[in-house]
Amino acid sequence: MKDWGYNIGSSFSRVGGGLRSFLSKEGTRSVLATVISILAGLIAGAVLMLIVGLSSENLGGKSAWEGIRIIFGGLFSTGRDAEGALSFGFNSVNMGDMLFRATPLILCGLSVAVAFKTGLFNIGASGQYLAGTTATLFIALSIPQTAMPTWIIWLLAFMGGMLAGALWGAIPGMLKAFLNINEVLACIMTNWIAATLTTWVFDMSNLKNVTEGTKSAYIYKTSFNGVQTPKMGLDKLFPDSQVNGGIIIAIVIAVIVYIVLTKTTFGFELRACGANRHAAHYAGMKDRRNIVLSMAFAGALAGAAASLYWLSGNTEFYWTGAYQSLPSEGFNGIAVALLGASNPIATIFTGIFMSTLSISGLQLRNLTAFNEYITDVIIAVIVYLSAFSLLIKSLLGGKHRRIRVVDTPPPAEAVVNDSGSKPTEATTGKGDEE
Amino acid sequence: MSFLIRQTLIFAVPLMIVALAGVFAERSGIINLALEGIMIVGAFVGVLVVHMMQKNEIFVRIIENGVLQNWGQLQLFMLIAMLIAGVAGAVFSLLLAFASINLKADQTIGGTALNMMAPALVLFLVRIIARQNELRMFSGDAASWFMIKKTMLGFSKETSNFFVDTFLDKVYLTTYLCIILFVVLSVILYKTRFGLRLRACGENPQAADSLGINVYRMRYAGVTISGALAGIGGFVYALTTANCMANGDVAGFGFLALAVMIFGNWKPLNIACAALLFGLFKCIAAASSTLDINGDGVFMLLEISKDPTWGKVLNANFYRLLPYLISLLVLAFTSKKSRAPKAEGIPYDKGSR
Repeated sequence: MKDWGYNIGSSFSRVGGGLRSFLSKEGTRSVLATVISILAGLIAGAVLMLIVGLSSENLGGKSAWEGIRIIFGGLFSTGRDAEGALSFGFNSVNMGDMLFRATPLILCGLSVAVAFKTGLFNIGASGQYLAGTTATLFIALSIPQTAMPTWIIWLLAFMGGMLAGALWGAIPGMLKAFLNINEVLACIMTNWIAATLTTWVFDMSNLKNVTEGTKSAYIYKTSFNGVQTPKMGLDKLFPDSQVNGGIIIAIVIAVIVYIVLTKTTFGFELRACGANRHAAHYAGMKDRRNIVLSMAFAGALAGAAASLYWLSGNTEFYWTGAYQSLPSEGFNGIAVALLGASNPIATIFTGIFMSTLSISGLQLRNLTAFNEYITDVIIAVIVYLSAFSLLIKSLLGGKHRRIRVVDTPPPAEAVVNDSGSKPTEATTGKGDEE
Repeated sequence: MSFLIRQTLIFAVPLMIVALAGVFAERSGIINLALEGIMIVGAFVGVLVVHMMQKNEIFVRIIENGVLQNWGQLQLFMLIAMLIAGVAGAVFSLLLAFASINLKADQTIGGTALNMMAPALVLFLVRIIARQNELRMFSGDAASWFMIKKTMLGFSKETSNFFVDTFLDKVYLTTYLCIILFVVLSVILYKTRFGLRLRACGENPQAADSLGINVYRMRYAGVTISGALAGIGGFVYALTTANCMANGDVAGFGFLALAVMIFGNWKPLNIACAALLFGLFKCIAAASSTLDINGDGVFMLLEISKDPTWGKVLNANFYRLLPYLISLLVLAFTSKKSRAPKAEGIPYDKGSR
């Protein structure tokens, strides 16, 4: 649990020619390792479907083949044609829904990525997501429309969601920083506490949907109070889908997170703590404060994920069962962050990939005898492979390399060397791999 | 009171056995975060075995001759299912062992991957087998078949004393088997050469290696035993508390078992006590509305939850919250004293200094 900082981002300093030096670049190898993980995951899913299809008398090889085609091209599925064969083409509903679902995934991925950068494993994104859900829905539904313009309510609800997520994330952060409790365990416990508290809070609230008899287990949609994320013209682009401006906000947030992490002192301190907490402490950084802030930052992002998801106005929260299961966005965020090598910009693309996969899963359920859970299997395989992505990377490099963290900022290195202590693996400079 | 003790035992036993599973992995140096996932797999495989046995009418003759007369045979079938669940858990845990021992991957991420894989895989298969989100042991009677009642043991229906009511009526054989297993494995861990070597690999693998112990093999053993125990725990959970069905979920028992393990400071006796405590909380959470503690026909906790002032806090939601809140508090207060195996989480590399 020491070096989470293997999130290798950018080392494009050398300009090399030929495949060998192309492959030896860190960036290239990161991307290739990601692509290999994705392909291996997809192939594992396909093989599983083939086995299940062939071994079951009512499925057979043909339906397995259909399932495999949907796994790879579900985004472009347009249902079945007159003869009953699968047809593919541009599908604006799939495309728009994909972008809608990508919004929370990107933000949860960012949440996990920010924590990774500080050397923390934020498995608590689910709990922070629930905290954001509760705060957002409460603010969006309990301020009457007549009191203020709805866009102010929207803004308050969004801010409230982020704040609630930040506070919830700060709890495991503080336990880690001051009591040295493993943040993974603290996050797991706070996840379940958040789940029960969410049910409890809504149980006492008057936001339960009482106007529609069949929806008593749900909370009102935020559009019930007229609060809704603006579409920003995306509904024209992808008619009939659930897409809204949330995806644009998510991308803007990803860019902001990238800038904060790489261009500001705060971001630098976070990464320095992730690379070597003790060195950062020795350099005069407040490592404990940074751990708490990093978890709060991560929590705010997960809270924003929840806010944007529920403020879309077309989703309903199932409060009665909230205590029984944790939202999957938080766990899929781990996959998004790992696949994107914790790079905020890469997170946008891996988030979109993950939501493409979930659209494929839906198509699979609607069009074939298989179901959407196969996509979760694929995601799990990808996370499993990410666990030893370093190995894949070193295999790609051709020769055996020492596993090092490259992305450490130079000043920390200077500080460590100045202090006369033995340079650690994390800080032995950038250029020594040749 | 009998009811409370019986139910507490039922909730405590899976926690206890899965916490011991965690001990075996961590004592050998591997963090097994995948306990939850392995439990899910064990529960699914165990339920599937019973499901198939019933579907192929293996039980038919036994049922025809009367469940009461042939309960022994039914218990035997249940044991077979439990064993197979254990084997399935062990096989599934090999994924973690391979990633963290051979490939030196990050154990926490590996464990998380397994936790994500298990429910996905199980739900995918359950949906195809049962065409709904849960797989039952085929017919609804399974739970009562596998439950031991006092009449089976030769007591008459009228016999009623504290001991019989608590420990011999409406109980499951798995409860006692797991307790025996727990004791035997604890003795193995502390009193045998194998146990000593396993623990050495979790404390100082370099030293263990220098004395000729194969660290990789010991860690494989630790993780495999851990997987088998967690698989058994998952089956016990499905049989006793989840209405004999598998739905890709064990309600956080695996994670709670991890908390029990830390609370118990990686020591079996403390773990058994911690498991009983957490079992009590889980039992109260599950049965708060029908819990009659002193047998006077009044459901005290239900009455409290109806109270206008106290009921705001002391209601079912609160009891659900309690185990997790207490875990967190316990973690906070014992963190200074807790003594985890020194080498846990660190991949063993023969070449490193």
